[in-house]
Amino acid sequence: MNLTEKEVRHVARLARLAISSTELSEATQALGRVLDYIDLLNELNTDAVPPTTHVEAIETVWRQDRVVPSLSPEAATANGPQVSSQMFVVPKILDRGEE
Amino acid sequence: MGMIDWDAVQTAEHVQRGEVSAVECIEEALLRIESTNPTVNAFLHVDGEGALAKARFMDHNLTREAKANLPLAGVAVAIKDNMVTTDMPTTAGSKILEGFRSPYNATVVELLERAGAIVVGKTNMDEFAMGSSTEHSAYGVTRNPWDPNRVPGGSSGGSAAAVAARMVPLALGSDTGGSIRLPASYCGVFGIKPTYGRVSRYGLIAYASSLDQIGPLARSVRDLARTLHLIGRHDEKDATSLDVDTIPESPIPTALQSLRIGLPEEYFGEGIDIRVRTLIEKTLDQLRESGADLVPISLPHTRYAIATYYLIAPAEASSNLSRYDGVRYGLRVAGDDLIHMYQKTRQEGFGSEVKRRILLGTHALSAGYYDAYYLKAQKVRTLIRQDFDNAFAQVDLIVTPTVADLPFKLGERDLDPLQMYLTDIFTVTTNLAGIPGLSQPVGLVDGLPVGLQWMGPPLSEDRVLSAASALEAILPPPEWPLSGGIQE
Repeated sequence: MNLTEKEVRHVARLARLAISSTELSEATQALGRVLDYIDLLNELNTDAVPPTTHVEAIETVWRQDRVVPSLSPEAATANGPQVSSQMFVVPKILDRGEE
Repeated sequence: MGMIDWDAVQTAEHVQRGEVSAVECIEEALLRIESTNPTVNAFLHVDGEGALAKARFMDHNLTREAKANLPLAGVAVAIKDNMVTTDMPTTAGSKILEGFRSPYNATVVELLERAGAIVVGKTNMDEFAMGSSTEHSAYGVTRNPWDPNRVPGGSSGGSAAAVAARMVPLALGSDTGGSIRLPASYCGVFGIKPTYGRVSRYGLIAYASSLDQIGPLARSVRDLARTLHLIGRHDEKDATSLDVDTIPESPIPTALQSLRIGLPEEYFGEGIDIRVRTLIEKTLDQLRESGADLVPISLPHTRYAIATYYLIAPAEASSNLSRYDGVRYGLRVAGDDLIHMYQKTRQEGFGSEVKRRILLGTHALSAGYYDAYYLKAQKVRTLIRQDFDNAFAQVDLIVTPTVADLPFKLGERDLDPLQMYLTDIFTVTTNLAGIPGLSQPVGLVDGLPVGLQWMGPPLSEDRVLSAASALEAILPPPEWPLSGGIQE
């Protein structure tokens, strides 16, 4: 199956990757080859086959709703690239001009 | 035989009896790491001071009786760098996690430490466990201790190389499509991927959650058994962890005469290096001579396994890796706005193979393609599982080569991702089916190791380990690399 650079650019945007134009052409080629190989699966008629989402037969796992020790706010935010008053700082997401 | 040759069980026994101290065991490992790691690059991080402090504590504060209750007393272990540790950084081989320090330990780390093991360091790996050669690490390649111009296999290449080069007797790896067994085979050590759910994944950095499983690499079958006995426990912190009996601490002696072993024709066809085939067939003859009943079987959907895997694993990965967004941990690269910050962070933080798999997985899950790709792969996964169900109705265990060839040269498969992906063709099926698989070294050809793979039904690790132990007993003791570019 042929994959276009436009499609890969769309997928990169969905995946939040700012790939360069060199990477784009490389990725388009590499993914095209992998998808060609994956076409192999179309040899099989799977209309009547149920999917395996998971190998275990377990259902929703329940636990007691009890309070147990957990991370302190300091420990939980210690790896943050930008932290203020135990909160993660991010670029603003609301634009004042849009009201 | 010196300390360097001891397996984990032997090491622990000596410490328990007070014949050597834990400090001596750790010093031995650190010396060996110092002399061999500059060539092999198995370790990303070594915490010698921390490990020695723990060993000193054990020597000074624990009574003989207390040590006798520690099944891995004083054993130096290496942990693949995708299992989180509070005492050392965890990077998963990625630049995006450079400097990350986990606020908690993976369950497997807790269980090993509770058993007296001492973690000396974290091992190199393909970034986020995506690879078959340990060349896709942001921190340099790991080299095969048998021949430093060749890859150790991957993605747990650092763990396998550390055990083969006798830097440590024991290491943990993780296996999503063969990432324990392939490097075990290429480095000539033992490695087992347990049944999905046997070992808690709490604290394992997720690659493909429905396939990932942690397991040990070691230089004897009994070490695999003892370690899996200790780490194969139910864990409330992992909802997929199975609440089943743990396996016995030692392999239960089994007569090979009692075993019916299947040889799947699809794993013995074309494409196998003739030298690998010859040695595997010689080993099969030895099994036959010892009375095992070897019967031909068929796993007809084997040829679809790689295609199935390369839809399911990247799809799950694309979702799992969305957490690396520069907000809560790891790298952040400033951008004009939030989305731009995400894009630049991920662009700079991820390596090319990781990006490739994120793109592939995102494509397979995107609108209009889900049914054609992801759902289709899940259906074929059912057929692959059914192959094994049918096979295990006829046989107790299955034996195959672990990998079709010998360790390849560094850079040899770099340019063609698809060829790299096909390296996993004999190992990936057990992940899709969720069953245990063990790679056992069966000898050398042209100075390079060959591995044989055992596969068993779900939760049959005790049977797999017993059979491997019986084979271990009739084979000459495995060799370890002495020179091969790495001098003592």
